[in-house]
Amino acid sequence: MHILTIAIFLVSLIFNSYSADKALKPEQYPFSFSKPLGKIDKNSAQRGLQVYVEVCASCHGLKHVAYRSLEGLGYNKDQINRIAAQFQLNDLPNDEGEILKRNAIFSDYFVEPYENYNAAKAANNGAYPPDLSLMVKARKDGANYVRSLLLGYTDAPEGFDVGEGYYNKYMAGNVIAMPQPLYGDDVEYKDGTKASLEQEVNDLVTFLTWTSMPDLENRRAAGLKVIFFLFIMTIVFYLSYRKIWSELKN
Amino acid sequence: MSNLKKNERGILNWIDYRLPVISFLKHSAVDYPTPRNLNYWWNFGSLAGFFLLVQIITGVILSMHYTAHVDHAFNSIEHIMRNVNHGWLIRYIHMNGASFFFIVVYIHIFRGLYYGSYKAPRELLWWLGIIILLLMMATAFMGYVLPWGQMSFWGATVITNLFSAIPLIGDNITQWLWGGYSVDNPTLSRFYTLHFLLPFLIVGVVILHIVALHTHGSNNPLGIDKKGPQDSIPFHPFYTIKDLFGLSFALTIFFAVVFFAPDFLGHPDNYIPADPLKTPAHIVPEWYFLPFYAILRAIPDKLGGVIAMFSAIFVLFLLPWLDTSKVRSATFRPIYKILFWIFLLDTIILGWVGSKPAEGIYIIISRIATSYYFVHFLILLPLLGKFEKSRPLPESIGKPVLAE
Amino acid sequence: MSENIKSKKKSRRSFIHQASGAMGIVAVSAAGWPLIDQMNPSKDVEALATIEVDISELVEGQSKTVLWRGKPLFIKHRSQKEINDANNVDINQLPHPENDEERVKNPKYLVLIGVCTHLGCVPASDKGDFQGWFCPCHGSHYDTSGRIRKGPAPKNLEIPPYTFKDENTILVG
Repeated sequence: MHILTIAIFLVSLIFNSYSADKALKPEQYPFSFSKPLGKIDKNSAQRGLQVYVEVCASCHGLKHVAYRSLEGLGYNKDQINRIAAQFQLNDLPNDEGEILKRNAIFSDYFVEPYENYNAAKAANNGAYPPDLSLMVKARKDGANYVRSLLLGYTDAPEGFDVGEGYYNKYMAGNVIAMPQPLYGDDVEYKDGTKASLEQEVNDLVTFLTWTSMPDLENRRAAGLKVIFFLFIMTIVFYLSYRKIWSELKN
Repeated sequence: MSNLKKNERGILNWIDYRLPVISFLKHSAVDYPTPRNLNYWWNFGSLAGFFLLVQIITGVILSMHYTAHVDHAFNSIEHIMRNVNHGWLIRYIHMNGASFFFIVVYIHIFRGLYYGSYKAPRELLWWLGIIILLLMMATAFMGYVLPWGQMSFWGATVITNLFSAIPLIGDNITQWLWGGYSVDNPTLSRFYTLHFLLPFLIVGVVILHIVALHTHGSNNPLGIDKKGPQDSIPFHPFYTIKDLFGLSFALTIFFAVVFFAPDFLGHPDNYIPADPLKTPAHIVPEWYFLPFYAILRAIPDKLGGVIAMFSAIFVLFLLPWLDTSKVRSATFRPIYKILFWIFLLDTIILGWVGSKPAEGIYIIISRIATSYYFVHFLILLPLLGKFEKSRPLPESIGKPVLAE
Repeated sequence: MSENIKSKKKSRRSFIHQASGAMGIVAVSAAGWPLIDQMNPSKDVEALATIEVDISELVEGQSKTVLWRGKPLFIKHRSQKEINDANNVDINQLPHPENDEERVKNPKYLVLIGVCTHLGCVPASDKGDFQGWFCPCHGSHYDTSGRIRKGPAPKNLEIPPYTFKDENTILVG
């Protein structure tokens, strides 16, 4: 049985490395956060949140992200409570033991679209729509990958059988179970930005980068200070070291 | 002991007269006579100790927030990353600290190989070092399982399955390791316990390592013994400040990674929760296991592969006797010097093929590199000691240094 | 002359060592703070610091216990008699003198943190010599305003920060 496990593993290794080769490398796009000291473009991320809420949220969860953390994108508590109120979840049992629905609030985590794993699968032709909280971190070159994937839907080449899925040149194996989710007219942006496919995708990717790495800006800002300090300290220690050793030579 | 007299006043003397901790520290970290010619490669021992300490401190903190249960492990890591104050920093330090610990220890080992630090009378010192490496590997492997991502789960599955290669009782041993019929909650739970415990065992072996070191003193780039007091200098302040400088330099690099590329050394798949029904496309262990992983896969036989992989480490235990040359430092061994660099290259090649799928040309490369790995230890080194003509050794450590 | 150079050299030498020491101390203390701060309440815990309590079904004389910040919170719908009892006290006689008005936003509803100020036990409702609360651990008696009247507790039961969001909802925290 263990030999079987290893065999399956090795076969899948070979198989997948072939099929993975068929996927195109993601196109490189200069996001606001791409450079080492770049920041998350808050306006773009807010629009991305709108795209997520109005389009993606019907199938994909964001369960590691709490509504309260949206403060990091520049929302205040009232705005966050209004965003949260668009989602309903099961309340704790009341005094009679009944479980009623209530609106989500500030302290809740993004409500998942399905009651459970099997319900999610059943509603989507047997393919589980993955949680998006960590999507950008969970893929190689994640931001560019998600962007390329969402822009990468085309007709399958002649003779290519996609089965029940859809053709996407950036997907490993080129077949993806998710139909093209964004077309360009999916949202009417609250800030008046004109919606287009690329605009929506870039905004969404910016938002999902933030959900994957809410620490990103703090981390980079703190990192700059720490590295600067350590750099100076290294020099000072070096001078100290030279001084002490010069005494030895005399 | 000598200059702390029992009739002197002061709290420190009072304590030291009753519990000689201060004399001990003075003896082993202040006055400790150290060869005066140590180069920067000798910084990596204390650096390794530092990273062990970092791992223990951050690890104890993470354990306050982590939950070792298959239903909660992944979420509790995200809780640490998102909710705990500075949690992301502490976890990134722990994650990358493991990698840096290995980098530092590998450099420390290769320094030992180059300068013959394993030769008499330091064989047991060397052995203790290998034991530390083995404990580190076990600790790191089990630590990688704890986030319960896809790589955690499948890495654990593949590595624990190695033990099923043992004839007759292999299957029983894997079941015993798992506490079930596959990697599951009992496995996670015991790995967590052991991951917490082993570092303290490492500390114990490190103490023995230092005791053995201080018995005959540090080796040095010339590989010759100290002839007298002119050859050595007190550890403090000369090597304390040098170690501090090295530490500060290393920390700059370390924190550059922690703050600007914290996931560079990890694998994206480990941010996908473990799914026992779906194996990721490429399973690769953490980079520090790759050379051994390559050796495992180079052998077409399951049991043979496992034996080869473990032999790759166990052969190091025999090294003090396999290397028959009386000269320690490669500086005076022209042929060994070349073989050392070829061997280093060989391990890097093994690491590289370990990250590639086991197919086509990669299998051939991994087989050649694996063969060379063992040829180096089992054939080249024993023969070399017999035929190599080493360059004349200097008279003393002090002489070439003072001649500068 | 050489003396002068020597002493100059020496001062620079000690300056660089002092700078090293100072930077080392800064580095160690900067590294220490995250290690300490991680034990403070995390963001998810802080977010739960505010709760809403529905009091529409709380009839006169009844009290309700809810959990707030991991502690019991007593909400008592006081009867007129209880309010009068709470006011007919000479507060100068009390161990911890407070008027009842200072302790309520709406005299009908008394909101208290249900933790005895002695050593942290939970007092029982409608018990004790003053018909308020009675702590079974060491025998502290509280009155209908939650004030300590008898026993070892040093202070009155604490009032949490709260507001009436509307007639039937209290926002605590």
